[in-house]
Amino acid sequence: MNYQFDFGWLFEYYPQIVKGIAITIELIAVGGVAGISLGIVCAWVRALGPAWLKPVVAAYVELIRNTPFLIQLFFIFFGLPSLGLQLGELQAANLAMVVNLGAYSSEIIRAGIQATPRGQFEAGASLAMSPFETFRHVVLVPSLERIWPALSSQVVIVMLGSAVVSQIAAEDLTFAANFIQSRTFRAFEAYIVSTAVYLLLAILLRQLLAMVGWAIFPKRAAR
Amino acid sequence: MIEFTTWDILRNLLLAARWTVVLSLVSFVGGGIVGLVLLFLRISKRKSARAFAKYYIELFQGTPLLMQLFIAFFGLGLFGIDVPAWLAAGLALILWTAAFLGEIWRGCVEAIGKGQWEASASLGMGRLQQMRFVILPQAMRIAVPPTVGFSVQVIKGTALTSIIGFVELSKAGTVVTNATFQPFTVYGLVALIYFALCWPLSKSSQILERKLNVAHRNH
Repeated sequence: MNYQFDFGWLFEYYPQIVKGIAITIELIAVGGVAGISLGIVCAWVRALGPAWLKPVVAAYVELIRNTPFLIQLFFIFFGLPSLGLQLGELQAANLAMVVNLGAYSSEIIRAGIQATPRGQFEAGASLAMSPFETFRHVVLVPSLERIWPALSSQVVIVMLGSAVVSQIAAEDLTFAANFIQSRTFRAFEAYIVSTAVYLLLAILLRQLLAMVGWAIFPKRAAR
Repeated sequence: MIEFTTWDILRNLLLAARWTVVLSLVSFVGGGIVGLVLLFLRISKRKSARAFAKYYIELFQGTPLLMQLFIAFFGLGLFGIDVPAWLAAGLALILWTAAFLGEIWRGCVEAIGKGQWEASASLGMGRLQQMRFVILPQAMRIAVPPTVGFSVQVIKGTALTSIIGFVELSKAGTVVTNATFQPFTVYGLVALIYFALCWPLSKSSQILERKLNVAHRNH
């Protein structure tokens, strides 16, 4: 192998990389918070919600979980304009991530809700709480605590999956890597560097989510 | 301008879907073999082997599949090999699948009680014999549902190979869109074809899990 590695371009192109990292972080921040919120709503519907809404949510969850993220992204970005919904590339990327994480997290959260002992619901009812109040105050937090590790992994998976949004020209980290390789022809180095950054981001995100877990569920920290 | 009927679109997409199926099978079988090796390394007695498998899995689970594809595609070229897209796609997907399957299977092996290891050791079995006759037959029962479930991730993962230029269902979707200017119909159909491939696997994984729910029976 007579290949000379050259990372000299890093000095010239680091603003692109920093910008790419910022956009990747923005995408997962918005996607993570909104996606988990959507997941909570969908999990509530599927576990306890009105009967007529259940099949709708079930269809949404199954459809998203059984199609590739890339196709969901293309459908939103290229397909929806023919219904009159024209989105910018970042909006489309955000929407796709929310829709995607919403479906996956709803399944995880639903598992947590269904593992709640019946007595909890009855205890809430005996305190004259409405079903919604029981869900909000009694069921939800312990359910989330139960499934927090699985939910964290899913958020990391979605963050890594966000590399695909470069394909609709959203200028994330992968987009920066593609840009650099097209300018410098240092494809291997550009992708190695961005892969390392992704690995670092994944490790940091996992730590962050663990800390968020300790903050929301202080009981666990005391144990 | 040529008019394209929905049937024209669907027919071309279905033709391309064959390559999605082939690539999924190759990745799954190849990934299964490498994953089995990783499993043995991961539970090996040698510390270095365990560490290698651990970092391998960490690396492949902690980086985007898309980046792995890019590195396989451009990295192999550094060795002076002319890399066709199918080779880079197959290689990256096999290594990626192996990391996940290895980790899933490790969980299944570790779910088998310590007593089983001790009992088989007391019968004078070697490490390989223990795995072959005692541990794996039991672990396989637990492993079936998550393994089938992961095959769905493999099929969806093959969609990314379109980005490095392998022509399968997703790439065909882009090509057909460029010819017909009907992205809504085309990507809708592409999604439905993926759904038709993945949903039966997801469903059977769920059913198997309910049937063979040995892992949680004691809780």
